[in-house]
Amino acid sequence: MAEPAIATQAAAPAVALLKDELDIVIPTIRNLDFLEMWRPFFQPYHLIIVQDGDPSKTIKVPEGFDYELYNRNDINRILGPKASCISFKDSACRCFGYMVSKKKYIFTIDDDCFVAKDPSGKAINALEQHIKNLLSPSTPFFFNTLYDPFREGADFVRGYPFSLREGVPTAASHGLWLNIPDYDAPTQLVKPLERNTRYVDAVLTIPKGTLFPMCGMNLAFNRELIGPAMYFGLMGDGQPIGRYDDMWAGWCTKVICDHLGLGVKTGLPYIFHSKASNPFVNLRKEYKGIYWQEEIIPFFQQAVLPKDCTTVQKCYIELAKQVKEKLSKVDPYFDKLADAMVTWIEAWDELNPTGPVPNGKAA
Amino acid sequence: MSLAIKDDEVDIVIGALRSDLTTFMNEWRPMFSQFHLIIVKDPDLKEELKIPEGFNLDVYGKPDIDQVVGSSTSILFSGYSCRYFGYLVSRKKYIISVDDDCLPARDPKGFLVDVVAQHISNLTNPATPFFFNTLYEPYAEGADFVRGYPFSLRGGVKCALSCGLWLNLADYDAPTQALKARQRNSRYVDAVMTVPAGSLIPISGINIAFEREAVGPALVPALKLAGEGKCRWETMEDIWSGLCVKVVCDHLGLGVKTGLPYIWRTDRGDPIASLKKEWEGVKLMEEVIPFFQSVRLPREATTVEECIVEVANAVKERLGSMDPVFARAAKAMLDWVKLWQSVGSSSSRSSAV
Repeated sequence: MAEPAIATQAAAPAVALLKDELDIVIPTIRNLDFLEMWRPFFQPYHLIIVQDGDPSKTIKVPEGFDYELYNRNDINRILGPKASCISFKDSACRCFGYMVSKKKYIFTIDDDCFVAKDPSGKAINALEQHIKNLLSPSTPFFFNTLYDPFREGADFVRGYPFSLREGVPTAASHGLWLNIPDYDAPTQLVKPLERNTRYVDAVLTIPKGTLFPMCGMNLAFNRELIGPAMYFGLMGDGQPIGRYDDMWAGWCTKVICDHLGLGVKTGLPYIFHSKASNPFVNLRKEYKGIYWQEEIIPFFQQAVLPKDCTTVQKCYIELAKQVKEKLSKVDPYFDKLADAMVTWIEAWDELNPTGPVPNGKAA
Repeated sequence: MSLAIKDDEVDIVIGALRSDLTTFMNEWRPMFSQFHLIIVKDPDLKEELKIPEGFNLDVYGKPDIDQVVGSSTSILFSGYSCRYFGYLVSRKKYIISVDDDCLPARDPKGFLVDVVAQHISNLTNPATPFFFNTLYEPYAEGADFVRGYPFSLRGGVKCALSCGLWLNLADYDAPTQALKARQRNSRYVDAVMTVPAGSLIPISGINIAFEREAVGPALVPALKLAGEGKCRWETMEDIWSGLCVKVVCDHLGLGVKTGLPYIWRTDRGDPIASLKKEWEGVKLMEEVIPFFQSVRLPREATTVEECIVEVANAVKERLGSMDPVFARAAKAMLDWVKLWQSVGSSSSRSSAV
């Protein structure tokens, strides 16, 4: 039976990697007590807290953390009319944090995620593992059967072409969850007691051309390489759908990464997911998504980006165009979403005016 | 969960490159003894095989190979490729094959890994090649499909091949093993996963299992290096074979899994001595991988045999002039398909002996 780690101080690293280059983005509507447990791992870093829900409520941040906090009033003030692209009453609002960050890397985590233990009982520093994942190359063009070849104790196997062994830059690192797994509502209803106790000691690159369901609970990415693709869509209040924010960002991100020759990793690190949300509430939110994803997935699988899309922003605008063309017939929601995708890029460029960073070559 | 498998649906095929199989067979006895075994002796091996008592097995050597396939095609089955003869003469539904220098591994709890049971579980549960499940094998105990996984894809497709892994001596090429002489694989990754459609993978022959009826003809003994030797890092035959299988599976909508089970691979051979021979294989991969990544099979190829003929023709056309080893591989593939059609049966009945 999985349990969260409590003695985390002992596992704090001597050197906090990238402490001036990484922001931790946390969406919340209640409180941030969970940060106490993460303190030894997170305290050296700057936090960006995006407060969802009622802006008049005060969110208490534990002492000793360096942070900036934004509520809905701040989002409206900073973005003006463009604030319409940021979801209200949904954790999708976290992507506002990505936009205002000035750092190269982002780590985002949910407020019901605690420190997990590895099979030896040691507390897992999830942030450190994400950083290792992001700082080592990905290998999307040929699958390595021993998983991440850059990990200690592993390598490329026989048959792996030497010309592919340098790898490509890693744009995103997708972590997993012990205890409450990230199931959809129907699965939760059928298996209310299932807990993920299997610790799979692997990091692997998701092959080029393969899509995956990206969960935003435990995620890190290189903001300079892929930031503008991490738009978490229109969810929550006034929208017909919820719990597809991270999915949407993941599909867009993967298509763009494949096009630009960037890598996405999944696997370690694990966090301990403590709370199962109400499956009936989830079902109402996801209901349309369960049908729509049958159309959305083929759309992304078949999406082709033209060669002249050489930056993330250009890729994203092109995707928005294709969403409008091909998915509007599924539901008018996608028309709105496509517009919001464009607004997001406009807002991103406004807040991040230093110009496009070379993102790698278009495939 | 996996269906119950009758013991007489499985053949365990061992290619014997060493004559004394006593330790090997005794160590595997708990897992192998209830199944039928096919042991094929490397035709180049001069000594008599030493096999302990108590197994239900058939042993084939050079005279048998010559008799069944004729001495002109028996060249296909030398060295590590001798096991393919076992695939050819098997009449069972599933085949499991491990190298003769492998022993049972132990999992992190200290229990012996039942390589047969795990491979069969992999083969009898569906594969999910069209969308990646982040919790890996969704049919495993305690796991499932995650949020965002389309329901229409949750039935999966048939898994045709299961590629296992290795503790201790990992399947590295000679340059890597020579460079990291002391490195041993001690990481037990508790996962099985489907290799996504369209993605290629180096399928090591050290520890594999497959459904013979579904993909048998696609495991081709074709790529023989000029300097092919008796150590795994002096061969690429399994890598070539695996690429053929994956391309065919992708075309026919079948799945390939990788991960568990682990075997324990014993130390053997000198990678530095092998370096001279192995560079050939390493260099060839630079051409081989892009070729297989770009091969497209026509819609009309609807059987495994037809697919292999198409691949063989493409090899001859596009790689044949690059290196004689490819022209020979293309011919070997065509010969293999003919052999399969005449000698190998396409269906097996579970009650057949």
